[in-house]
Amino acid sequence: MNNKLYGNLIFELSHPGRKGYSLPDNKFGDYEVPAEMRRENDAQLPECDEMTVVRHYTNHSGNNFGVDNGFYPLGSCTMKYNPAINEEIPGMADFRDIHPLQPVDTVKGCLDVCAGLRKALSEIAGLADFTLNPFAGAHGELTGLMVIRRYHESRGDEKRTKVIVPNSAHGTNPASAAVCGLEIVEVKSTADGVVDVDDLRGLLDDTIAAVMMTNPNTLGLFERNIPEIAKLVHECGALMYYDGANLNPMLGACRPGDMGFDVMHINLHKTFSTPHGGGGPGSGPVGVRKGLEQFLPDNEHDSTLSVSPYHGNFGVILKAYTYILSLGKEYIKYVGPLATLNANYIKESLKDVYELPIAGLCKHEFVFNGLADKSTGITTMDVAKRLLDYGYHAPTIYFPLLFHEAMMIEPTESESKVTIDGFIEVMRKIAEEAKNEPELLKSAPHNTPIGRVDDVLAAKHPVVTYKSMLND
Amino acid sequence: MLDIVGVGSLDELYSDVPEEIRFKKEYDLPEAMSEMEVRRFFEALGNENKRLVCFAGAGVYDHYTPAVVGRIVQRSEFLTSYTPYQAEISQGTLHYIFEYQSMMAELTSMDISNASMYDGSTATAEAMMMAVAAGKKCDTVLVSETVDKKVLTVVKTYAKFHGVNIVMVKENDGITYKADFQEKIAQKGVAGVIVQQPNRYGIVEDYAGYADAAHDNKALMIMNGVAADYAVLKTPAEWGADIAVGDGQSLGVPMMFGGPYVGYMCCTEKLIRKMPGRIVGMTEDSRGQRAFVLTLQAREQHIRRQKATSNICSNQSLMALFVTVYMAVMGKKGVKEAGELSYAGAHYMMDKLVETGHFKPTFQKPFFNEFCVEYDGDVDVLQKKFVDNGFLGGVKMGDHTIMFAVTEQRSKEEIDNLIKLI
Repeated sequence: MNNKLYGNLIFELSHPGRKGYSLPDNKFGDYEVPAEMRRENDAQLPECDEMTVVRHYTNHSGNNFGVDNGFYPLGSCTMKYNPAINEEIPGMADFRDIHPLQPVDTVKGCLDVCAGLRKALSEIAGLADFTLNPFAGAHGELTGLMVIRRYHESRGDEKRTKVIVPNSAHGTNPASAAVCGLEIVEVKSTADGVVDVDDLRGLLDDTIAAVMMTNPNTLGLFERNIPEIAKLVHECGALMYYDGANLNPMLGACRPGDMGFDVMHINLHKTFSTPHGGGGPGSGPVGVRKGLEQFLPDNEHDSTLSVSPYHGNFGVILKAYTYILSLGKEYIKYVGPLATLNANYIKESLKDVYELPIAGLCKHEFVFNGLADKSTGITTMDVAKRLLDYGYHAPTIYFPLLFHEAMMIEPTESESKVTIDGFIEVMRKIAEEAKNEPELLKSAPHNTPIGRVDDVLAAKHPVVTYKSMLND
Repeated sequence: MLDIVGVGSLDELYSDVPEEIRFKKEYDLPEAMSEMEVRRFFEALGNENKRLVCFAGAGVYDHYTPAVVGRIVQRSEFLTSYTPYQAEISQGTLHYIFEYQSMMAELTSMDISNASMYDGSTATAEAMMMAVAAGKKCDTVLVSETVDKKVLTVVKTYAKFHGVNIVMVKENDGITYKADFQEKIAQKGVAGVIVQQPNRYGIVEDYAGYADAAHDNKALMIMNGVAADYAVLKTPAEWGADIAVGDGQSLGVPMMFGGPYVGYMCCTEKLIRKMPGRIVGMTEDSRGQRAFVLTLQAREQHIRRQKATSNICSNQSLMALFVTVYMAVMGKKGVKEAGELSYAGAHYMMDKLVETGHFKPTFQKPFFNEFCVEYDGDVDVLQKKFVDNGFLGGVKMGDHTIMFAVTEQRSKEEIDNLIKLI
């Protein structure tokens, strides 16, 4: 990665008249777009030659840090390695150049891919069927909640308008419920970080549509009361929704369907190794237990509803299927245990210098509440920024909201002991620096292309286009 | 490692999972394949597909992708990074998103753009919810019947669950029926109207007066459209739209059997805090350098939870990079030239179809690169003949109606060869 910023914008490299493209001549004759149809002025896009464009974006890629650059222990995001073959398959012209409205008998290969992935996901989840249509995790949550509302609607049970979520839930859970027209009720967590079953019992009544949970939860702890929770929820007539964001440690160990969940989404970009792409495209297939299939909003189930026009992010679906076939039944079962081993190993190796608020086994991730030594005044933010100097991505910070200095670490199964030991050593070194050279941390990062940014300035006076930058 | 953790086996790592729900069986999945076998497996599946010379559109277009685009988007520093939360090591992503926002705002001539959304249909549904949130005590959104049916189904699905009342504005001879619009926009509780340009028949509609009528009734005008077409056509801002949404697939993104694509959403400056999705803004770093950062996050789900403007928590970042590099290399002239070539090809094809004596235009209306024609024979038989000869000959729109789309990728020879089959 660069230690100096390449900071140009493509607009600043533009020269009038330069050209980076070539198109064939017009051989169709004199067909001119009439003036009344045309825009008044040309869009002010840059004018650059091809090499300028290539160098510009290549240099910008040097300002970025991906899994291919180094260790990325970003909690809740499952930044595992994305094998190269995953990228090659969607590049095949026989998949890439297929229009989604082609006749069925000309897209048999594509349809087989979709059917194969649905079957594999159903087996891994312990559910009956999946729709591949949702474009991302949050989109899957919304879709799954739609399924749940349709289920209650079909039984004439219209008063179920509330969704219970733990106070440790991902922010998308309450937001998805709100988009789906449902109200949120929060259930408390116990001191040892799991759902408070007594509190939950008091909240369950005939207005509850569903309980949304992720298991293991956002603290990385397995909700061991899940059989009892599922029983209570089902007894009250509500459904169990599984947020698949934390599915990775369950591979080879435990299936959401067997835990008692009725509806779930899977983040293919987490558990099934499709690259995050700097924030997308993802894919969030939604699965259901037997008896709910007819509520899935796609052409093969309930075609009156739709959350996306075709077959979801097919390119991402191809990559996830590639991953599953490469690992096969022999190796998929090790994904969860090895991810869990790596997380516990880091936790145990660092808990003397970082505060571990809840002791015991974690699953794929765990949360420290900042440094153990609170006298230094060094915050989780400082530690995170200092990690960047050492060539690591930072953990997820200040989430979940249960702890003020939360630092959520998820190593994934991809990483070797050598990499993890290197990380542990650096984390210990930073804890030492916090005592001896706190200024070094407070002003970190130092070795990155830019220093800490002024978030307040950006929000107070938003400049979000080049044009407004010029007029500023 | 097990010793340090204090367990005797991998199995013991799951001692907190109740025995009755542990998965002890073998997965019923295929056996592991070597890389070569994986490659062969997908090659065989690919052979089950038939690549066709594409004259279909209906929202997905076979546009040209310059070679350089693929080269850039495969750079793994972009490909394997997460959402740019750590600005210090994400300036690559943040720069290109800022460029993307700038380019989309230019293309639509709107004030601002967000960092992109899943696709055109969900972006339109988000715009609908945005209009309802921006309006005071409004629960109704008008949608023209000339909006694509696939987009409409997604909008209606979101509306059903979000509690939005959708009222359709009738179409008349292939375009939005203005008198019906004027009557419905004046009714109480209307937050906005969704129209499409070019519309679902490929017709370039005249939306003069629509924005004024909407604004007179304190409603927003939302225009859905094919991004690339605005390089040539009158833009959403020129029509007075408050929100411009649609799919950016037309900006060189492969058809890929329906996705991933990239939804765009642009709006007026004054709606910025109502906008869903990520937004990148300019700021400074501690060393006084210009830098970019995710901004206005107080709108978003990780801060506002159920009160957020949307549940969306990603953009379609890599696809935004895709269209950014496309627009960078095509530039101001190239995007326009591609549009003009598509226009010329489509109009040439219409003339040739009419010349066969078997086709006549469905509508006597202006179009850009997509149009409907009436066929005097059996549409299914003809389309099958096209496929048998390697062509995707349009989209069937009715018993005798076919909609053809032509992009800059279609040569005169290809059009002539298709015509010969009629």
